[in-house]
Amino acid sequence: MDIVQILSNTAGSVLSPVTIGYALATIGLAMHFGYAGLLNMGIAGFMAIGAYGYAISILSFGFPWWGGVLVGMVGAVLFALVLGVPTLRLRGDYLAIVTIAAAEVLRLLFLTTAFEEYTGSADGLSGYHDSFRASNPLPDGRYGVGPFTYTEDQWWVRILGLAALALALLLVWALVRSPWGRVLKGIREDEDAVRALGKNVFAYKMQALVIGGVIAAMGGVVYALPASVNPGVYVTSLTFFVYTALLLGGAATVFGPVLGSVIFWVLQTLLGNLLPALVEIGVLPMSTSQSQTLRFILVGVALGLIVIFRPQGILGNKKELTFVK
Amino acid sequence: MSSSANPPVARAKATGLHVGDAVPGVKKVDPIIVVDGVKRTFGGLTAVDVDHLEVPRNAITALIGPNGAGKTTLFNLLTGFDKPDSGSWTFDGRSLSGVPAFRAARMGLVRTFQLTKALGLLTVLENMKLGAKDQTGEKFLSSIFPFLWRKQEEELEVRAMELLTKFKLDAKADDFAASLSGGQRKLLEMARALMGQPTMVMLDEPMAGVNPALTQSLLEHILDLKDEGMTVLFVEHDMHMVRHIADWVVVMAEGRIVAEGAPADVMKNPAVIDAYLGAHQEIDLGVVTGRHTPEDKA
Ligand SMILES: Nc1ncnc2c1ncn2[C@@H]1O[C@H](COP(=O)(O)OP(=O)(O)OP(=O)(O)O)[C@@H](O)[C@H]1O
Ligand SMILES: [Mg+2]
Repeated sequence: MDIVQILSNTAGSVLSPVTIGYALATIGLAMHFGYAGLLNMGIAGFMAIGAYGYAISILSFGFPWWGGVLVGMVGAVLFALVLGVPTLRLRGDYLAIVTIAAAEVLRLLFLTTAFEEYTGSADGLSGYHDSFRASNPLPDGRYGVGPFTYTEDQWWVRILGLAALALALLLVWALVRSPWGRVLKGIREDEDAVRALGKNVFAYKMQALVIGGVIAAMGGVVYALPASVNPGVYVTSLTFFVYTALLLGGAATVFGPVLGSVIFWVLQTLLGNLLPALVEIGVLPMSTSQSQTLRFILVGVALGLIVIFRPQGILGNKKELTFVK
Repeated sequence: MSSSANPPVARAKATGLHVGDAVPGVKKVDPIIVVDGVKRTFGGLTAVDVDHLEVPRNAITALIGPNGAGKTTLFNLLTGFDKPDSGSWTFDGRSLSGVPAFRAARMGLVRTFQLTKALGLLTVLENMKLGAKDQTGEKFLSSIFPFLWRKQEEELEVRAMELLTKFKLDAKADDFAASLSGGQRKLLEMARALMGQPTMVMLDEPMAGVNPALTQSLLEHILDLKDEGMTVLFVEHDMHMVRHIADWVVVMAEGRIVAEGAPADVMKNPAVIDAYLGAHQEIDLGVVTGRHTPEDKA
């Protein structure tokens, strides 16, 4: 068993594009669920829009990479509007049902062979990296220390991913500490009370849905930046993973989503490496593939425990939770 | 206590509010709300069926009636929280039919709820600031530039603290509203409504659950509102309070307006005694329930 390799892989997951992509999606969900109280169960759909918007506009329409990013953002705005107009007037649980369905519809549209020319159907999309890599100012080579040693292209993905993350954090931080954020939190508590005070509740919810959706779509772009767009990623369990990261870090916090995503992926990577190694040396009486299932069971149990014993999340305010209805 | 040092001065009631006989639907000299033919049914049940109602401006009007009379439903309809089957109404000369609740509030018609709606996970001070209108920082784009709204925010904070002091909630300013008692929440909701500087407030049982000492000061606040030029319409079951502060009383029963008039007159109205007060209104409760006889008490 190669302990050093396992630890190195685990440490490396802190800076992986997947973690950064998750962190962005989780920040978007924090805007929806944590601050506005919108039970959006379609966060995977927003990520898919980002990823496919980016890849399709480059591959099929010859956009430069940043044009692809813009398309992903505009796509998320449109998806939020289409989703929000009929549903934001409904009670919270209806939003959950409609969003989960909308995300599935979207995924099946990307998966169907009808649009294979654009979406690649079940194969997904890849090979859209030229423009992005051409924009890389870093000279060729491998840089970094220990587990954080990457090629210039790998660094470029991480640098831009972190930049997007920083921007998203700054935006959410500025929004939620403002009077705008106060209205949003009020809506989360009781929208009729906020209506009675003269606020256009629907408009605020829509703004939150759009902003969170665009941030989540950026998560989808970062997720897709280094390699490929794979339709198997944007399934409903992705939504649940993002919720897990959110609740872990703290739903109504600015930095909780980042912390939650990092912990989620560090745990995932650690178990993903450790369990098969334990199978190999005969400590775990099961097959390697069974150990991968065990990984999800263990992550689920660990997270369940954290949510039971620390329901406000790691960064959440304990006091807030004392009064949860 | 300060109240014993300055005993509350008796304040004159507004009179001469109506034109002609004080019958249900009587015309007012200067109405702020005029309701015409508003009807709301729930399935087979007619919750509200008001032919005509005028609420006098700059006066305190009490809306009374038995449980289920339709008072809260009428509040919901007038403030845009519910839609009537038919009918129309105006506020301050402008039609409010079909106007959404938030817009009615912006026009200056602010209501509170019978079941209090404190925003639990906001602090008391944040609750208050949320009540203010026309905040630059509440607009999406300007919200991310604090220099655009910081000054307004500070002014709001001063105003909020003044109101909180008046309602004896200033010590709680930084606590979550969820930590307040039921009565304190009622106070907070009323104070929060006032942050919007409304022209009219509609209070649904503002005194329910508030202790007698505080009720006294709450009544004073309501009288102050009138002095400041506001119109108040409130629902209340306690006849002593109604008698004490109302300039005008509207009585509802089974969705209809069954009587209107000055408090002293309305309480003598047989229809009101029938529908609401009951024959025993002047008799001690113990006598009514047979726990003791009138002689015991004497
Ligand atoms: N959403 C609703 N659905 C069905 N029936 C309703 C609804 N709201 C109110 N009602 C009915 O309408 C009638 C009037 O109710 P309302 O709440 O207006 O009474 P109220 O005068 O405020 O009574 P209280 O003094 O007890 O608060 C009641 O019979 C009630 O059952
Ligand atoms: Mg009621």
